[in-house]
Amino acid sequence: MRVRPADHPPPFAPSDAIAAPTDPADERIEVGVLIVGGGPAGLACAIRLGQLLEESPGTAERLGDVPVAVVEKGKSAGSHLLSGAILDPRAVRRLFKGRLTMNDVPSYGEVHSEAVYLLTKGAALRVPPPPTMRNHGNWIVSVSQLARFLAEQAESGGAAVLPETDAQKLLVADGRVQGIRTGDKGRGREGQELGTFEPGSDIVAKLTVLAEGTQGHLTGAALARFGLEGSQPQIWALGVKEVWKVAQPLEHLVHTLGWPLRKSSKYGEFGGSFIYPMGPELVSLGFVAGLEYRDVEFSVHDVLQEFKTHRLVRKILRDGERIAWGAKTITEGGFHALPKRFHAPGLLLAGESAGLVNVPTLKGIHYAIESGIMAAEAAFRSLQRGESPGRVGALESYDEELRGSYVMQDLREVRNMRQVFDKGFFMGGALASAMTVTKGKLPPKDFHSEANADRTLIRTDRAARYPAPDGKLTFDKLSSVFLSGNRTRDDQPNHIRIQRQVPRDLADLWVRMCPAQVYEAGAADGEGTVTVEVNASNCVQCGAITAKGGRLTPPEGGSGPEYTIT
Amino acid sequence: MKIAVCVKEVPDATARKRIDAETKRLDRSGEGALNAFDANAVEEALRLKAATVEGEVEGEVVVVSMGPERALNSLRKALAMGADRAVLVADDGAAGSDLVATSAVLAKALEREQPDLVLFGQQSSDSDGAVLWAAVAERLRWPVISQVAELTLDGGSLTGKRQTEFGYDVIRAPLPAVVAVADSINEPRYPSLKGIMGAKSKPQETLSLADLGVDAGSAGGQGSRTEVLALSDPPSRGDTQKIEDDGTGAEKIVAFLAERRLI
Amino acid sequence: MSILVFLEHHGDELQKGSLAVLSKAAGLGAGDVAGVVIGSGVERLAAQAGAHGAATVYVTEDARLEAPLPQPRVDAIAQLVAEKGIETILFAQSILAADIASGLAARLEAGLNWQLTDLAAGGNGLVGKQSALGDSVVVDVGWTSTPRIGLFRAGAFDPSEQAAAGTVEHFEVQLQEHSLAAEMVEQAHAEESGPSIEEADVIVAGGRGLGEPEKFALVEELAKVLGGAVAATRAVVDAGWYPYSAQVGQTGKSVSPTLYVACGISGAIQHKVGMQSSKTIVAINKDPNAPIFEFADFGVVGDLHQILPKLTEALQARKS
Repeated sequence: MRVRPADHPPPFAPSDAIAAPTDPADERIEVGVLIVGGGPAGLACAIRLGQLLEESPGTAERLGDVPVAVVEKGKSAGSHLLSGAILDPRAVRRLFKGRLTMNDVPSYGEVHSEAVYLLTKGAALRVPPPPTMRNHGNWIVSVSQLARFLAEQAESGGAAVLPETDAQKLLVADGRVQGIRTGDKGRGREGQELGTFEPGSDIVAKLTVLAEGTQGHLTGAALARFGLEGSQPQIWALGVKEVWKVAQPLEHLVHTLGWPLRKSSKYGEFGGSFIYPMGPELVSLGFVAGLEYRDVEFSVHDVLQEFKTHRLVRKILRDGERIAWGAKTITEGGFHALPKRFHAPGLLLAGESAGLVNVPTLKGIHYAIESGIMAAEAAFRSLQRGESPGRVGALESYDEELRGSYVMQDLREVRNMRQVFDKGFFMGGALASAMTVTKGKLPPKDFHSEANADRTLIRTDRAARYPAPDGKLTFDKLSSVFLSGNRTRDDQPNHIRIQRQVPRDLADLWVRMCPAQVYEAGAADGEGTVTVEVNASNCVQCGAITAKGGRLTPPEGGSGPEYTIT
Repeated sequence: MKIAVCVKEVPDATARKRIDAETKRLDRSGEGALNAFDANAVEEALRLKAATVEGEVEGEVVVVSMGPERALNSLRKALAMGADRAVLVADDGAAGSDLVATSAVLAKALEREQPDLVLFGQQSSDSDGAVLWAAVAERLRWPVISQVAELTLDGGSLTGKRQTEFGYDVIRAPLPAVVAVADSINEPRYPSLKGIMGAKSKPQETLSLADLGVDAGSAGGQGSRTEVLALSDPPSRGDTQKIEDDGTGAEKIVAFLAERRLI
Repeated sequence: MSILVFLEHHGDELQKGSLAVLSKAAGLGAGDVAGVVIGSGVERLAAQAGAHGAATVYVTEDARLEAPLPQPRVDAIAQLVAEKGIETILFAQSILAADIASGLAARLEAGLNWQLTDLAAGGNGLVGKQSALGDSVVVDVGWTSTPRIGLFRAGAFDPSEQAAAGTVEHFEVQLQEHSLAAEMVEQAHAEESGPSIEEADVIVAGGRGLGEPEKFALVEELAKVLGGAVAATRAVVDAGWYPYSAQVGQTGKSVSPTLYVACGISGAIQHKVGMQSSKTIVAINKDPNAPIFEFADFGVVGDLHQILPKLTEALQARKS
C-alpha cells in the first residue's frame, strides 16, 4: 500500500484562519489600506499608494491616521526573504519613475555573462542557455536587502511598516474582508498565558492586500472562502541556498541541471542549481527541487551539500567561507494554478501568493512589484468618492489590468514548460526552445499537474550518498539553522500542524525534507505508524510541510530566521 | 516622578559581531537593535511609573541615549513599550567615545533632564563592559546601586535588593539616584501594536554635543583615554583529549580534573 | 611607575582574584606595587598582601567603610592616587570592583580597560590583553594618559607567591557626601541548594543522551558532589525533562564556569554558544562523532549511565 502525504491531512481547515472581528469596536486598530507581507509585492503596493496619496490629500484624509499599514511577521522587512536573485528591472523602474534609478537600489550590479552546465558526477558540460534563461539587462540582488530598502522607501512615503506582527486570521464579515487579526504574544508551550502575554489585535481596514509570498497563510484561507481557487492545484519547489565569501571573483552567472538529481521520471526530481556572483567577494548559490519528488530519503539541503562537492563548484568556493544559509519554497504552478480571480470584496491578492512566478526563467520579484503597483492603483481607484472597496466587483479593474499585462502574457507563454522539465529547469533541448519560439503555442496539449501531497512515496538509499558534513565545505542542518539567525523563543505553542501518528515512510519523508531538522521520527508504535516529534523552534518557515501533507501557520511574530543577505 | 533610562543601540545579535580591522572599532554597520538588557531597565521604569500613577503622582519615562542618528529606531522600541520621550545625543564627534567620554556626555544630558531616578540595564551586549552607571553616578554625584533584582520606591528613597557573589544585599538610597537593574528583575513586555504605531508621534529630540555644552575635545576618540592597539585571534583551546571508556573512564576524568586543579 | 591594586576582602580573607592581580602586577617588575585594603577592622588582612607582592599595603579603617559599597572606596582610592602620585590602579572583576573602577575612572578622568586577561610593559607604559566579543577576538589595549585603570577578568590567572615587604601604612579618608548616601540595610549569605547557573563555578549539564527524565538524577548527584549547578539543553527542556530556567544555549542562558561537564550532549552550535567560554569542558557521550568532542578539553566516549555513577563515587571518595 503506497503512502501518500495527502492521506494524512493536518488537523487544520482553511476556515480556521477566517473569523469575524471580536475586539470591541473602540479597541480595533483602524487603518486605511492594510497590506499583509513586507516583501516586494506588499512594499511596492505601499510605496505606490504613498505616491498616489501624496497627490491626493483628500483621499489620504479619508483613510484616517494610518492610511497605509504593512504587517510583516519577521523581525524586520527582509528577515524572511530569500531568493537567488536575478531581477528584471522593469518593475522597479516603473515604481520609482522620475524619482530613483536602479543605481539607487541596493544591488550587485548588472548581469554580464552567464553559463549553463549539464552536470554529471564528474563533469560539467556547458550547454547554450535556453531562450528562457537569457539574463542580459537584468540585475543581481539580494531580495532580503531589497526588501529592507523598499521598507525604508515605504516609510518615507508615509506607510507604517509593522514588523514582528503575524497575521493569524482574515477578518470576514458581511461577505467582505474587513482586515486581519494578529497573533498573540507571550504564550507558553501549552498555550498558557505567560507574564508577558499580549493578546493579538483586530486590525480593520477599508481594503486588505494579501502579499504573503509562498504558502500564504491567509491567502490559502481566502482562496477557499471566496471560491477563488484555480483549475489546477498549486505546486511548489523547495530552494535551499547559501551565501559564501569567496577568494576569487565569480565571473558569470551559472545555472546547472542534471547531477545530483536523478533523471528517471519515477523519482519526480525536477530542479537545478544557481550560482550567482554578488560583487567580487560574495557568491550566492542554491539548489531548487520540485516538491513532487517521491523518495522519502530526498533532502534538498543535503543535495545542495552534495552539489558543492562537484569539481565545478569546489573551484568556485575554494578558500571561501559560508556566511549565510536559508531555505524557502517557491510557487511553481504557473499559469494553470493561478486563482480564478485576484480579488474579492475588500481584498486583493498580489505577488507570489497569487501564484505570479515564472518557473522556467526563475523570476517572480518583478511580477510581485508589478502586481503591487497595480494593486495600489486599483485600491486607490476604489477609494475615490462614490466607490467602496467592499462593493462586489469594485476591484474588478485589478484583475483586468493584471490579466492584460506582460505578467500574464509571460506566464501564459510558459504555461506548459513544466512537464518537459524532466532534465531540470533549464533545458538545452529543442522542445523548450520550440515552446518559447512559438510563444507557447507548442505543444498544444495543456499540462495537468498533481498536487505535491498526492504523490505516492518510494524509498531508495539516496541518503547514503549525502556527504558527511565537514564544517568547511559541507554543513549539517543544525549549524545551518544557526547561521540563518534563527533565535525563535522556545517556550511558545507549536505552530506546525501535522498528524503526529503517521506511517514510517511519511515520517521519514518529513524528517529528510525539512531543511531545518524540525521533525524527528520516534519509535514504531506497533500499529504500523510512528510518532513524529516537532522541534518547532528550529523552523525557518520555508513552507515545505504545507506542500507535503502538513500545514505551516505563523508562529509568534518576530520568530524565525533573520536573513540579511539572502 | 521622572525616570530616565539610559539605553543603547547595539549591533543586532544575529549579525556576526566583528571588529573592523581598519578602525579597530566594533563594526556597527549592520542592523541595530535596542540592547536587550536595556529592555529590562525600560520595563522597570514603566512599572515604577504605573505604580506612582496609582499612588497619584504623575510619572514620565524618558529614554536617553548617545549614538548615531539611526539609533532613533531602537529608541522607538522603548517608546513603543510605553516610554514617553526619547532624547538622543547624536554627534559625529562622539563616535568612538570611551567610558570617560560617554559618561561625561550622558551626565550632561541627564542634568538637562533633572530626573528623580536614572536606570541602566545590566550590561551592554556589544562590549561586555558592565560599568557605565557608576561613572555616570560619579559625575552626577548621586548614589548608585548595581545588579538590582528587586526595586521598590518609597517616597523620596529607594530600596534595591541585589544578588552578589556572596549572597544578597539590600541597599537603601535617597533619590535622586542611579540604579543598574539585573536582567532577572523582570520580563520586558512586548510592545502592543498600538504602542508601535504610536511611537513615531512621541517626542524625540536629537541633541548635539554643543547643545549640551560638551566641548568636542572631551568626547569621541579625542576625549578617550584608552586605545585599541591590535587585534588577534584568541588562543585555541588546545587539543581535545578523547578516550574510549573501557571501565576506567571515570577514573581518567578524575585524574584530568585533579591535574587541572579543579578538584 | 607606581601600581596600586585594590584588594577586596570578604570576611577574614582577601579575595583570590585580587591576590592574583597583585602577584601579576608584582611580577611585571615595573616598579613597586602597593595594595589597598578598605573596610573596618581589616588591618590583619594586610599580611596576606605582602606574601603576594605588595611592597606597601595602604589601609584605611572606618566604621562607615564596613559595608562593601563602591562609592566610599572611590573616595579612598582617589585620595591615595592624588597623595602618592599613583599611575596605575588595578582591580580583579567583581560586582563591587567594577563599580569602583568605573566611578574612579570618572573621578580621575582616567582610561579604564576591562575584561583583561593579561598585562605587560609596552606601548605608553602598559599594554593589556582584552577578550572581546564573546571571546572571539583578543584585543591589545592601551592607555593614552595616566592614571591608568585596569579591570581583570575573574579567574584569568591564579595568585602566585611573590614575597615582598608588605609594609602597612594607614591613611584617613575624606568621604564625600554623595558617597555616604547609600546604606546597607541587610546582607545575607545564600543558603539555598547550590549556586545559580549564572554564578556557579561548576556546571553539570544533561542532554538527550540521558535517555529519560529520571536519569537527570545522575546529573544532579554529580553536581552535588562537585558543588555545582545543574543545566539542561534545549532538547530536554522542550521535552519537559527539566525546567527552562536551567536551559543553557542560544535561546537559554550563557554561562562561563570554571568547569562544565556535558553529559549526553551532542554539542550542536545552538548549545555551544551558551557555554563555549567555560574554562574547562569535559564531555561524556556515546557517539564518538558528536561535535562536542571537537571543543571539549577532555572527552570520554562511553555510556554515561555507567560513567556518571562511578565518577560521582570516585569524587565523593576523594572528598572524604
